[in-house]
Amino acid sequence: MEQPEEVPHNPTEQAAICFKAFMLKNSPKSNLNLYDHLVRVLCKVMDERPENAVDVIEDLSLEVKRTGMRDKQSTLRDTPPVPAVQLLAEQQKTLFTRGSGDDVEPEEELVETPLPNLAEQSFYLEQAGVGLPREELQRIHLALKQLVDAQPLQTCRFWGKILGTQANYLVAEVDFREGEEEDEEGLQEDGADEEEKEGGAGDEDEEEATEEIDPLPVSAYKPPPAVPKEENHTGVNKFTYFVCREPGLPWVRLPPVTPAQITAARQIRRFFTGNLDAPIISYPPFPGNETNYLRALVARISAGTQVSPLGFYQFGEEEGEEEEEAARDSFEENPEFEGVPVPEMVDSMANWVHHVQHILQQGRCVWVNLAEKPEEDLEEEGDEEEGEEEPDEPEPEVGPPLLTPLSEDADIEGTPPWSCKMSSTLIPQFAIAVLRSNLWPGAYAYATGNRKFENIYIGWGMKFVGEGYTPPMPPAPQREYPSGEEITEALDPSLEEEQALQAALEERRAAEEEAEELEGEEEEEEEDDY
Amino acid sequence: MGVTEDELKDKKALYSLNCIDWHLLPLPTPVLLAEVAAVAKGRFVGDPSFEYELTETRQQGEGDEAVKEEFTMKVTEEKRLAATVFNIEKDVSVVPRGAFIRTPHDTVQVNHSFQGLSTLEARNLGNYLHFTEPQQLKKKSILEMADLDPSIDFLDPLSEDILKGSWSLQMEGSSMCVLRSLLWLGLTFFHVPATPQHGYIYMGDGLKNLDLPFML
Repeated sequence: MEQPEEVPHNPTEQAAICFKAFMLKNSPKSNLNLYDHLVRVLCKVMDERPENAVDVIEDLSLEVKRTGMRDKQSTLRDTPPVPAVQLLAEQQKTLFTRGSGDDVEPEEELVETPLPNLAEQSFYLEQAGVGLPREELQRIHLALKQLVDAQPLQTCRFWGKILGTQANYLVAEVDFREGEEEDEEGLQEDGADEEEKEGGAGDEDEEEATEEIDPLPVSAYKPPPAVPKEENHTGVNKFTYFVCREPGLPWVRLPPVTPAQITAARQIRRFFTGNLDAPIISYPPFPGNETNYLRALVARISAGTQVSPLGFYQFGEEEGEEEEEAARDSFEENPEFEGVPVPEMVDSMANWVHHVQHILQQGRCVWVNLAEKPEEDLEEEGDEEEGEEEPDEPEPEVGPPLLTPLSEDADIEGTPPWSCKMSSTLIPQFAIAVLRSNLWPGAYAYATGNRKFENIYIGWGMKFVGEGYTPPMPPAPQREYPSGEEITEALDPSLEEEQALQAALEERRAAEEEAEELEGEEEEEEEDDY
Repeated sequence: MGVTEDELKDKKALYSLNCIDWHLLPLPTPVLLAEVAAVAKGRFVGDPSFEYELTETRQQGEGDEAVKEEFTMKVTEEKRLAATVFNIEKDVSVVPRGAFIRTPHDTVQVNHSFQGLSTLEARNLGNYLHFTEPQQLKKKSILEMADLDPSIDFLDPLSEDILKGSWSLQMEGSSMCVLRSLLWLGLTFFHVPATPQHGYIYMGDGLKNLDLPFML
């Protein structure tokens, strides 16, 4: 570095320094200088030691130049697209932060929270041979905590996971605290009522129209009366369900299910797509989109597979007195229940009971007499159709009562509906009883000897139907209109026949003219006719 | 699984009821497969010696001389299990593209330089192959074959399955690709992109989902 500053000793050295300075001059075009370039090229030759370096020196030089240029070609870089994983992680980040509310009164929350202890459940489910990966379960646990914090819940339970073709659903079963439900439902119900009213109004308009103008043929088909929906906190709508696709994404509340949706869902088999707004294209048509289908399926699976050890629940005493009048639909925990020994639970299905009401063919848990309702409507409308025959009183449907033992479940084509086993035969002291549903593959239940039990469903939402599924046939076509004279087609007359008829008429006219000359008006009319 | 030099051929399967005693499953022959398909219905029982029975009434002769004869076909559950395993392997065994290689000796071997699919590739169903004797490949035109690498693309890709949409491909968690078959509910395949880790397992009731066309 200091050399150039020293006074050159001889002219050769000075010339060399001058030449070096010349070589160090930057080109204004490429902002490079020859000296640096030669240094790089020679370094490259030293590094790579190519054979016959002199033959390829031009290429080497070009390559060095090109690599040098590339850096400077553009300082703008493409921003890499944010991967979906990162987006999800950012949404899940909130799960791992403590909310501000947690710090206020930690003791109180610890006591009152309806949050289930998923970690304990997963410990038992792992022994049962089912469950979700621990990491996922931890996320779900945190997501449930988020749900509990956000909503006024009385109870909360992880119901299970439903697999879909593009995404999966995590389902949480909750019960709102009394009187603290959101208004959302009220609005929905109003909407439904309005729709019904509109439908009614439309019918009346049609009737008026038919009276006024030319009578068009009116369809004699009357849709069967819709089965009324069960109120919240009763029957199939006893619990409210929330779903989300991934822990951390917002929980979506499923709307209450209607009997029509349940009966339609029973007749179709479809995979879930993972998109709640996806339409359900099926025959028979399903009233609603995937949200409603999911809700109907959750209700069916719950009714079929939610079980508990015998004696854990008991009927309330007040309810017991009214037993004869209505099916009991509520129960309470039996505080004196001490658990059924595990070997007994494995041996006998009678030690397991359903604690969710059976759904009747009608699509409700409590049967409604549909024949009564139209009568009331008729009276309101003004007794127009009194003469109409009243439909026969239908037989009320009766399902098995609540808390029926599993041993009374029907077989599925020779297969028992439930399989039960012990989690470990080697250490029976600490084993748990594991129950697997054969009717709804994916539904599991476990029970320990001391009061602990849980149900979970992880599957595709497909009922086992034995032989292949046969979609219901479309209804039979309407009968033909009874054929009578006025609609029977006759053969067209041939030319000879027409001429003969004309001749006959002319003869007759001539005879009439002779006979009654006075009545000429009729003749004109006759002429008009032909 | 793959007991000889060739990973694709001569697969053998073992079964066990308690994970300690393992038994060799009989080799499925076409006759056995046909018998099982005709006779075995419903769920598995869990007893290898259980016999499924089918009684058929066949008419011999014509007109009034017709003689009705009853044939009884019997198939043990062990044979049914062998047939089911074979069918699952045939229909839905999956490997990522490039994980296996066909050598010049026409044997199929593990590709030790396989580094996994990239994250983008993992989202494409065409990068997963049926790990079984190819059915569709021979029917392809020369033009289509020109793009394929004969040492890697010697299997049928999943994207060319006859029933479109019989696979559910999802990215699970942060970096795991999960492929589920809708034809055999219970078959799950995983692959961690950018690593050679992959595998599949079947856990289900051993019944093919014949209702699939109605369910999509």
